[in-house]
Amino acid sequence: MSERIREKLNILADAAKYDVSCSSSGGTRKNDNKGLGDSHASGICHTYTEDGRCVSLLKILLTNHCIYDCAFCVSRKSNDIERAAFTVEEVVSLTINFYRRNFIEGLFLSSGIFKNADFTMERLLKVVKKLRLEERFNGYIHLKTIPGASEELIREAGLYADRMSINLEMPTESGLKLLAPEKNHEDVKRPLALVQNQIIQFKDEKKLIKSTPKFVPAGQSTQMVIGATPETDKDIMHTADAFYRNFSLKRVYYSGYIPISYDNRLPLIGTQPPLIRENRLYQTDWLMRFYGFHVNELLNDANPHLDVDVDPKLSWALRNLQYFPIDINVAAYKMILRIPGIGVSSAKKIVQARKFGKLRIDQLKKIGVAYNRAKHFIKCSDSPYQMKDYQATQIKSFILAESQGKYAKIDVQQLILF
Amino acid sequence: MIYVIDGSLESLLCAVFEWFERKPGKVSLQLEKHHQPDAFSVEFYVHNDSKKADRVWTGLKKKLNAGWMRRFYCTFLSESTQAYNSLFEFSCYIFSNPVGAAANYGNVHVLTVAQTAKKVEREKHRMEAFIRFQLSADGIFYCGVDPDFNVLPLIMNHFKHRYADQHWIIYDLKRHYGLYYNLEQVEEVSLNPEEEKNLNRPTAALQDGKEHLYATLWKDYFKSTNIVARKNTKLHLQHVPKRYWKYLTEKTGT
Repeated sequence: MSERIREKLNILADAAKYDVSCSSSGGTRKNDNKGLGDSHASGICHTYTEDGRCVSLLKILLTNHCIYDCAFCVSRKSNDIERAAFTVEEVVSLTINFYRRNFIEGLFLSSGIFKNADFTMERLLKVVKKLRLEERFNGYIHLKTIPGASEELIREAGLYADRMSINLEMPTESGLKLLAPEKNHEDVKRPLALVQNQIIQFKDEKKLIKSTPKFVPAGQSTQMVIGATPETDKDIMHTADAFYRNFSLKRVYYSGYIPISYDNRLPLIGTQPPLIRENRLYQTDWLMRFYGFHVNELLNDANPHLDVDVDPKLSWALRNLQYFPIDINVAAYKMILRIPGIGVSSAKKIVQARKFGKLRIDQLKKIGVAYNRAKHFIKCSDSPYQMKDYQATQIKSFILAESQGKYAKIDVQQLILF
Repeated sequence: MIYVIDGSLESLLCAVFEWFERKPGKVSLQLEKHHQPDAFSVEFYVHNDSKKADRVWTGLKKKLNAGWMRRFYCTFLSESTQAYNSLFEFSCYIFSNPVGAAANYGNVHVLTVAQTAKKVEREKHRMEAFIRFQLSADGIFYCGVDPDFNVLPLIMNHFKHRYADQHWIIYDLKRHYGLYYNLEQVEEVSLNPEEEKNLNRPTAALQDGKEHLYATLWKDYFKSTNIVARKNTKLHLQHVPKRYWKYLTEKTGT
């Protein structure tokens, strides 16, 4: 029995690993029934795999049998791999026993589509109901919404899950048509909108009636595969921005495509996954969500691609030198946030500290500003007097010369000739 | 001038009280166990007095918000003489200035307290993440740890709320005390050296029968969720520094 469960776990964890979402934040469930588990507001990463990704949830598929044949997916119908399926009891017992040993924050349950959407969704629902009602489990549950499942099932699942998500898969409709002709973005948007409306409705009711149950308290997220189809960074981020705005998503994940197929529509097996690009997209995402940047400032028709050698914030600053240097002793908080080398917490500290006196370079360094980068863009009380204005290209070469990017070792795609 | 304290929170607060009573000018704190008298500096032994300490504590509460009180306590738990000195200077600075002075991150003591507290909170968070319970034959989930800072008081509530329906022990092997939850409340316990040894290398007889299975399953899961094509050892080590590997079930050999 234990051999069989090991085998299943290996197959179904392996199939689930391409879903990058593993966050356990935003849960608000309290352990008020003397049961097992509660949520940690910021989530906890219990370990990290050797590729540096966090492991916070037990991320598994209920089954990797699937009726669809999406070219980018390992579990596609035409792929010759081992298939397996967990029973409801097996998933519940694994979750509970891992949780009790403090291995995980909760469960991330997804599934291949077997028979039809409703049948699959019903099985997923059975697992979460058993966990919540029979085992009195208050840990985090991230549940996949199965596109095409009936509204009643999705609504019921929302009462037990902390987060729900549906993957967009490809950033554009045309990309999706190319690789997964049976799917379309409309099927994703409908359930996203349904859950979003329910969240709003439950929140409104909660204001009037305190005992209103929770409904997907940690919100919704989605994921896009990057680099399988020829979209530009602009296409990707504008799609992400639209989804953030229209469906108030908590997160959009960008997953660099890892070649798993000899299909000639896709990158060959053995090509490097686009790790730098993925990183730059996440940086852009952060700039949009926490730094007050509009997506058009970072990516527009003139700049449809993100720079590979510098981060998007620096590259925005270099394109917009007219705003700099910024005097950190008088500038508004939202302008300080835009200075390369200054993050959210440093910016907050600066605006608080400057009330007590003008800030100097040594204080900025101690506060945690990356001064070597920021010095080209700021003025403070003892900034050295500068005789000439540098060009953007000069500033860029200064910064590149004295900093060591984490990707410096990996590769330079094009050698410089002169 | 040197103030000699015994290292308890009470002695630290009393040192602040004594400084304001005497105003001796520049003072540095020394722990009693590290203190070596020398011919050139004047020393003063701070006597613990709970009344004085309470007055300082309530005084701080009036000047600082809850977030800063927590930072103060966290910095204290870092257990370093340097942190005690920062706290001492920080308190003197807070008392000599109007409410709100804690926002002055340009002040080196304010910044040190904020940064030290951050380090302690990080260690606390790592303990919440990296503690791995093992189930013993008598039904207690236990784990031995040796955190860089004395964070057990900070993680107590987290584990109490989370594992409300199971007995558990978290034992600090470095500081020789632990927390035991008996389904009602958390108690402080200490073990003898022999029992401490058993804590991390239990014989099979002391373990629950299923323990080995779940450890193996967890290791399997850890392996199969890794994407080999994305291998990034530097990032991995940054998130899970090697000194924590001894706690981690998935990092111990099969």
